[in-house]
Amino acid sequence: MNVVESLEKEHLRMDLPEFKAGDTVKVHFKIQEGDKERIQVFEGVVIRKRRGNTRATFTVRKVSYGIGVERIFPLHSPHIDKIKVVSRGRVRRSRLYYLRERKGKAARIKEKR
Amino acid sequence: MLKGIIGRKVGMTQVFAENGTVVPATVIEAGPCAVVQIKTKEKEGYNALQLGFMEKKPQRVNRPLSGHFQKSGKGPFYILKEFRVDEVGEYKLGQEITLNVFKVGDFVDITGTSKGRGFTGVMKRHGFSGAPGSHGAHEYFRHGGAIGAAATPSKTFKGKRMPGRFGNSRVTVQNLKIVDVKPERNLLLVKGAVPGSPNSTVFISEARTKAFDQEEQRAVEKD
Repeated sequence: MNVVESLEKEHLRMDLPEFKAGDTVKVHFKIQEGDKERIQVFEGVVIRKRRGNTRATFTVRKVSYGIGVERIFPLHSPHIDKIKVVSRGRVRRSRLYYLRERKGKAARIKEKR
Repeated sequence: MLKGIIGRKVGMTQVFAENGTVVPATVIEAGPCAVVQIKTKEKEGYNALQLGFMEKKPQRVNRPLSGHFQKSGKGPFYILKEFRVDEVGEYKLGQEITLNVFKVGDFVDITGTSKGRGFTGVMKRHGFSGAPGSHGAHEYFRHGGAIGAAATPSKTFKGKRMPGRFGNSRVTVQNLKIVDVKPERNLLLVKGAVPGSPNSTVFISEARTKAFDQEEQRAVEKD
């Protein structure tokens, strides 16, 4: 294992649940406001996961008041309080960019049985 | 204590700061270095330490140089580099210099050899904007334009920025903040980029311009 990799491995978070593209998740994200800290929940579909030790990120998409909102989270960020998997989706690709062009019923994802 | 060391660039990564922001960091394997020669005001005219880094086989060294290394009692090194110090009294020949002198939050200057880019045009080398891509431009997209006037002065001025060899030169980046130090593994993480490719040699020293501020800061903290 090379040096950079071993350094990155030290900061990995092992407490997060496993999830994949297509899953619906609730991300509890810590937000600093002045000296107060509160937790904001962002719920949506994971449309992408990027790999790479501490550099890994994932994108969550939700439709809020008719407007599509996507948020990219660093997977191993200490600001992530917890991640809850709401449902597992059955999808046939790893990058669900096609959801951006779909609305309403067409943007549904079948649940995995 | 001397705030200088020789290292090898390992690569880049990112780390999470305490407040959760992502900080880009360069990993440097630095030290342990041995003091090979102590230069004094009386003998050489200035106070400095010569450090050695990266041990090499004795049979690879010529006679004069091996004699030089023998004086310090430490095996021959590939890289020798001098660091100025105020006082030489506290150092011994062969003494080991490690990363212990640096701590998180310090600022350092890092000198290295930038990546060689070969013969490069003016757009990449000097940041020229090139020529328009349309409006009838013909085979003149990345050129540098005119290089001077006509009969007066009837020459091109020296130092005119033109295409040529770019990179592979000594570059110093000042005031890089130390993100993490791991003396037990000889690893140093600084915020931002460092000149050169991975495996290239870099010289790390205390920041020249921020050094004063740091001393002040420490004095304040002590009070």
